[in-house]
Formats: sequence, C-alpha cells, structure tokens
Amino acid sequence: MNAMTKSAADLRRAARDHIRVPRLETPFHDRLMAISEVNDWYNWAGYKAPHSLTDGELEYFAIRSTAALFDISPMVKYRITGPDAERYLNRLTLRDVRKLGVNRVHYTAWCDDHGHVLDDGTLFRLGVEEFRLCCQERHLPWLLDSAFGFIVDIREETEEIAGLALQGPTSYAVLRDAGFAGMERLKPFDIATFPHEGGEVTISRTGFTGDLGYELFVPRARALSLWDRLWTAGALHAIRAIGYGALNQTRIEAGFIVANADFMTAEAALRADRVRMPDEIGLDWLVDPDKPNFNGRRAILDARRNQTLKHILVGLEIEGNISAEHAIVYHRQKHEAGLVTAAIWSPTAKRNIAIASLERPYGSKFTNDLWVEIYAMRELKYQKMMKRAKIVPRPFVKLARRTATPPGLK
Amino acid sequence: MQKYDALIVGGGHNGLVTACYLQRAGLNVLVVEKNGWVGGAATSRELTPGFLYSNCSYVCSLFRPEIMRDLELPKHGLQVISYEGGAVFTRDGDYLASYRDHDSHRREFARYSKRDAEAYERYARDVTRQCRFIQPLLMRTAPDPFGFRPRDISELLYLAKKFGEFSPHEMAETLRFWTMSISDFLDEYFETDVIKAYLALSGIIGTALGPMSPGTAYVLLHHYMGEVDGSVGAWGYARGGMGAVTQALSRSFQASGGTIRTDAEVSKILTRGGRTTGVVLANGDEVRADLVVSNADVKRTFLKLVEETDLPGDFVHRVKHFKMRGSSGKVNIALDSLPEFPALPEGSNCIRGDMHFTDSIERMERGYDDWKAGRWSADPFLDMMIPTLLDPTMTSPGKHFMSCFVQYCPPKVEGRDWTDADRDAFAETVISQIADYSPGFRDRIVHMEVRTPREIEAEVGLTEGNIFQGELTFDQLLFNRPVPGYAQYRSPIHGLYMCGSSTHPGGGVMGAPGRNAAAEILRDLKRSPEQMSKAHDVI
Repeated sequence: MNAMTKSAADLRRAARDHIRVPRLETPFHDRLMAISEVNDWYNWAGYKAPHSLTDGELEYFAIRSTAALFDISPMVKYRITGPDAERYLNRLTLRDVRKLGVNRVHYTAWCDDHGHVLDDGTLFRLGVEEFRLCCQERHLPWLLDSAFGFIVDIREETEEIAGLALQGPTSYAVLRDAGFAGMERLKPFDIATFPHEGGEVTISRTGFTGDLGYELFVPRARALSLWDRLWTAGALHAIRAIGYGALNQTRIEAGFIVANADFMTAEAALRADRVRMPDEIGLDWLVDPDKPNFNGRRAILDARRNQTLKHILVGLEIEGNISAEHAIVYHRQKHEAGLVTAAIWSPTAKRNIAIASLERPYGSKFTNDLWVEIYAMRELKYQKMMKRAKIVPRPFVKLARRTATPPGLK
Repeated sequence: MQKYDALIVGGGHNGLVTACYLQRAGLNVLVVEKNGWVGGAATSRELTPGFLYSNCSYVCSLFRPEIMRDLELPKHGLQVISYEGGAVFTRDGDYLASYRDHDSHRREFARYSKRDAEAYERYARDVTRQCRFIQPLLMRTAPDPFGFRPRDISELLYLAKKFGEFSPHEMAETLRFWTMSISDFLDEYFETDVIKAYLALSGIIGTALGPMSPGTAYVLLHHYMGEVDGSVGAWGYARGGMGAVTQALSRSFQASGGTIRTDAEVSKILTRGGRTTGVVLANGDEVRADLVVSNADVKRTFLKLVEETDLPGDFVHRVKHFKMRGSSGKVNIALDSLPEFPALPEGSNCIRGDMHFTDSIERMERGYDDWKAGRWSADPFLDMMIPTLLDPTMTSPGKHFMSCFVQYCPPKVEGRDWTDADRDAFAETVISQIADYSPGFRDRIVHMEVRTPREIEAEVGLTEGNIFQGELTFDQLLFNRPVPGYAQYRSPIHGLYMCGSSTHPGGGVMGAPGRNAAAEILRDLKRSPEQMSKAHDVI
C-alpha cells in the first residue's frame, strides 16, 4: 500500500510540467506542423488543432473527391470494460446496447435523470466486455456515478489513444494500398483490427462527413508511423490533410449535430431553458422504449405522452446563396420561431442549407411560411435580408458511396 | 453654525459611495472620519518608506461596476487589474495550482484525480447558476415583509419570480446552497482533500465558522458573485492598493462639491423627538445635519453612538445579538526581494495569484477549533498574495509588498484583551508557516504591519474586527440584515440611516449597501436618483 501511494505521488509530481505546454500537441502534431502553410490553429478541448492547413476550400474538395486525413485525437475517449459493461451502457445510453455486436459501432446519446441530453457520441464495441465511448465533452464523474451496482471499469484514455479520420471516395483505396487487407468486407459501422508496427490499429467504417470513410485508433506511440503509412499509400490517391473548417462543412451537409454548437449539453447549460431532450434535437430515433430501463427514460416518455416537448431541430433549405449562420428564424416574417445553429452554402448539393432549433409549435405544427433574417456583413455594412426557408429532411447530401460494400476505389 | 443636508459617519467605501450619490443629487454632504485619512477597510498606507500596503482588504471583485461608472471612478484614478492563477502548497512538497486557462486548470486537477478534474465543470456550473440568481439582488433594496407596502410586495414578487425561473430541482439546490456547510457541499463534487481545501477557502474567509459549519456554502457564493469587467467570479487588484478605491471615491465626492473632515471622530449621534439633528465630535464640536448616515457597523452605531433609551428595546436586543465576531487577522509585509517557493516550477505564474498553505479541510476545521477556544490558530490558513508582481505603483522595482490574510484570529485571547506580546506571537505563527515553504523568507522582511482584531477595531472601527460588519449567514441576509424590519437602510430614528456592510447585501468592497442606502434616502426626500444607473442586467 505504501509503495502504491508513493508511486501515485511520484506520478502526480511528474505531471507538474503540463503547464509548460498549456495547449497540448496531438500525437500527429509533428506531421500537421510540417504540412501547415497558414498556421491557423484553434483550441480543441485543450489541444492545438488546425482550422485549416493550406486552403479550407481545397480541403473540402479532398473530402468529397479524393481522401482527407483529419486528426481526431482530441476527441474525449473512455474505455469501459467488465462483465457488466453491456448492461451498464444499456442503462446509461438511449439505444439498445444488446443489439450492438462485437466489432460494431453505433451513434448514441445519453441523458440525465430529467431526460436532458448530456452528450452524443459513438460507442465502439471492441469485445464482448469491452467498449470505447467517444464524445465531445467530459463525463467521468457522471460515468463513474452511474456505475453504482455494476461490475465495470471506466477509464479516461483521451491522451493515450491517437485517432485519425480518413474520409472521401479514395479512402478505401488508400487503406488497401497501405496493406490493410480485407477492408472491402467492412460494412458501415463495422470494426476491424490490424497489426501495425508491433501493435494494433483499430479501423472502423465510420466518420463525420457523410462520405465513404474510416476512423483509425492507435496507441499514441504508434501514431506517427500510422500517419506515414497512410500518407505514403495515399500519394497516388491524392490524400490531403485537412482542418476543422472543411470537416464542418461536410458534417452540415451530412446533417450531423455538434454538442454545444447545435445544442447545449445539460452539464454546460447555465440557463434552465437551454437544456434539450433527445426529441428536441432530432435524436428521438435513438430512444428505445422497449429496452430495459435507461437514464431519462421516464422523463422522455412522459414528455412525449404529455406533449410537453418545447423545441425541435430541423433541416432548412434557404433561398439564395448567403449563409444564414446564427440567423433568427421567423414565422410569417413576424413571429420569432427559433435560431439557425449551423449553416453553409453546400458545394455538393448546390443549395443553401442550415440546421435550426425551433420552438414548438413552429417546426412541428407550423411548418410553412418560415423565414430567416440574414445579416451579412459586407465591407462594414450589414446587408439585411429576409429569406424564405423550407424544412427539408436531413441529410442534405446523401452519397451512395458512403454505404456501398464493397466500397469503390474512387 | 453650518448645517448640512446629510452627514456621513465614517469615510469607508460605502460611506463615500452614499456621500457621492447624495452630493450629486444636489444635497450638501459632509463626511466625518475619525482617522487622519479616509478609506475605512479599503486603504493603502505607506507605513515604511517606499512601500504602500493594502492594509485591510486586498483584492477587488465585488465592487459594482455600475458604481464605478456612475461616480466616474476611472477618471478619478481607479483601475482594477485581473490577476492570474494561485496555488495551495501541500505538506509533501507538491502543490495544487489554479490557472485561468480552462484546460490547464483541468490538467492540474487531474494530477490529483481525473474524476475531480472533470467534476469541476459541473461544480462551476452550479455555483455560477446560484450567483446568477443572487447577482441581481445585490443592487436592490431587500423587500420588507413587515411593510406590506406595494413596493415591498412587488419586491417579494420579484424575488419569487427570480426563484420561479429555476426548475424545482434548482430551487432545492438553492435552499441547500444557502444552508449547507462548504465541506458537505464540496464532498458532493470532489474526492481530493487538497482540491476541497482550495475551494473551501472562499467559504470561511472573514467568517467565524469552520468549513464544516452549516451556512458556509453561501459565504463561498458571496465571493464568487463579483466580476472583473464582466468576467464573473474573477478577482483583481486595485492598482495602487485597495486605497485606490476610496481615494477615487473621495476625489469624485470632492469634485462634486462634497466636504470631508478627517480626524473627526463622532462620539454621539444627536436626536431630538425621535429625529436626528446631527452629531457631536470627540473634540466636543457639534455638527448639525438633517440626515445622518452611519457607515459604522450596526453595533457601533446603535450601541455606542446612539442613546439606548432612544431606541426600541427589541431593536437593541436584536442589534446586541447580531453576529459580528472577529475571526481574522492581517499581516502586511514589506520585502526587499521576491520570495522563492521551491515547490513551484521556475517562472510559474502561481506566484502572481493567491497562495495558501492549508491542504485539507480538516486542518481548516482544526484551525477553527483553536478560535473556539479563544486562541489564534496554531496552524492558520493564509490567503497570501504579492500584488506588486502586477502593480508597479506600490514599491520600487524588485521590492515587494506581500499581503497575508490570516484566519482564525479571535477578538479576545482566551477571554482577555490582546497584548502586544500576543500580537507578536500571532505574527510569528504566520511568518514561520511561510518560512517553512520559502527558505530565507525572514531575511527579506523590511517591515511588517500586524493586525489582530484588536488593531482592526481600534483603527477601522469594525466591532470585534469582523471584516464583513456582520457574518454572512442566511439568518443575517436579505430582510434579516441587520435587523428584521430595518433592512431598508432606515433605523428606528427618523433621519438616521445605515449604509455600511451590516446592511444588505453585506460585506466585501462592493459598494452596493452604500448605493442602495443612497437610493432609499433620495426616495424619502422625493428626489429622483437621476445619477444612479440601473443595475446591469444578468442575461
């Protein structure tokens, strides 16, 4: 016991120098730094991350036309293991984890007792009793407290595991040429593991772009060699490293939401009316009322039954080509109906698209005669516009190559 | 003999705030101050050549920005600067630092516990939610449930509405927050001793309660609801020491035509037929005024300056039992060089923030045990800062002023009065604690000002040396501060008002009591408080 305490104190001391690098560098930083022409960094959960590396527009087209490499290491990662891991996660999250097979991934979300969404994320089933949960925000106290009564081990592993997203039409070709054999059999949300430099790399057919794509996870020490392996193989397939700006465009096209951008997470919301239930942010399809009890179940089902849901998240198509980011949505150009949380001109759909949070009955009962008021700053003057908006289904861009198995080479 | 429209007893920050507003509203106002300088507990004095101290209060956050703007304090020299970081030194030679950078802060907590690191967000959210509830109440007169005037009813409704904006869950949280001990409260979020000790400090500062005493969670809130330029909860230094606040106030007051008389101690507040007529000074001078506003604490005002026979018995009884217990001391130190703290990494910015040596709640509580026995804490907790690292105006380059707030320190030593020998022994416990973590510290000391509750009461006039003019526990807040039925700055004597920290919303260099008192006085005079801007919105 004494020896253990001592080593804990030693570890604590050894970690003191974290303050010398207040903005951490990801395991891939050396490669990103070498590529970066514009030094356009932002702070992603305490890490230095590129907003763009060379040219945001060209980076976007790498995702949609060739292969794009995006560093997802700062994403928060928890490893959840133990005999009760499945039962625990089933209690914690909205979807039925019993239906999640080994070597499969699903997108899910989890709520507090009031049915308010704490975060959304992807759950990787790496084994019968082994899972990885990836998300935007940090939840360790919540995950630990929720484990009461379950035999389960929960560990935060964000810094230990490096992650890369390889997305775009030639991403399969890159992996094949990098020597990852059998990738063609991977269906969307499948996971496979491969040897890499004496260790293992986990590859899943997942992504945040709505395109053909994969995510690769590897222990920190093997990060750079994995990058190099992809980079070398990617040369013939026009691989390009990208920053968040390009990724964000594609995720809007794919209709994906981002925590604390498109909705406030329950633990971040200071104002009581800012929290959201799954049905209020378009995540109603994740809720499985038929599975055993899960956190927030009663509140969510009560709200459905009593029709007390206050908000709704919708996809909008807006006339014209001026992006409506953070514009106010009106009904009949008069009554405030909500807010646009994300918007772009979609280069792929050639439409002006947006994700908006509306206050019911706007968006539920009143779905027509919606408008957005756009303030476009042009040479130090706001050009004010009232543009018609139409509710449309998400995703805005649906690509056959995303799900084609075997995947195409280009 | 000249007669003033209003006379302010005591030139502390609240007295000066009231004076400024009344003078600007067209009254002819006189401030009388017993010391040879104004400032009360917000002073900067040069007690040894070349060193300016913040003699009592030492950091600034609560002072309301609306007041700074209304009274043009920046024009009169007030500048508040943010500081960064801080650290608690642990007994095993390590430390827990605090950083302004969100992620650095989390990583620092993670050195001790990954769980606590991630729990901080939720803790900060809950504290911020409660602060957002209280902040709008600071600049409003508390409703008087005894009054049943339309205004009181509407203020009660306002309170109910604010409260009603909370979810039932948050309401429950509020009640818990206002009544719990800071130790119990922190236990719900954190598991690490040193982290809890670091956060608990704000719960007991200036309060004669231990971290395990119920009610201390609110005291923490009180220290979080300030701001530096909209950054809620942030603390800063007044450039030039805390005296800069009152210097700016006195210049603003004089610029608008007000008069200040220093070395003019009030010995009696005069009344005739239940109405005040002025004051008598210690030197026998009589000064007449239509209104008298006391910046002195409620005990000093009504138990020393007013004839007890002029007051209702119940009121006097309440005042006598208003809790105003001395619990802290202050050691101000002039240093000829910057102290070293080998535990900190070289170049660490922790030294520019608040530093403490108490690494567990239990040690704090033991310190409180000493106070209960009538002794100063053998192992005190210090809130120690070196403002001269950020403020070049207080000493010459390379030299430093160190401010040490010390808790606990009783108003009497085992039931008897303090002696000089006691004071020196008290100072020695402080210095030896610092020297344990900073080799060679003693050799750097050029001069020291040691203030026990005895010195604070004698100089500043605060009864028992209580820095808040009355403890900030729920039984002494809102319409119960200082006395039920007299929470709106008025007293049982016509024309006699209170404006000090004994009144709502309480202590700290906030200025809100002074402003609210001025608003009530102007209301009684049927003058509109034109120069008083509304409280900033909390959106």
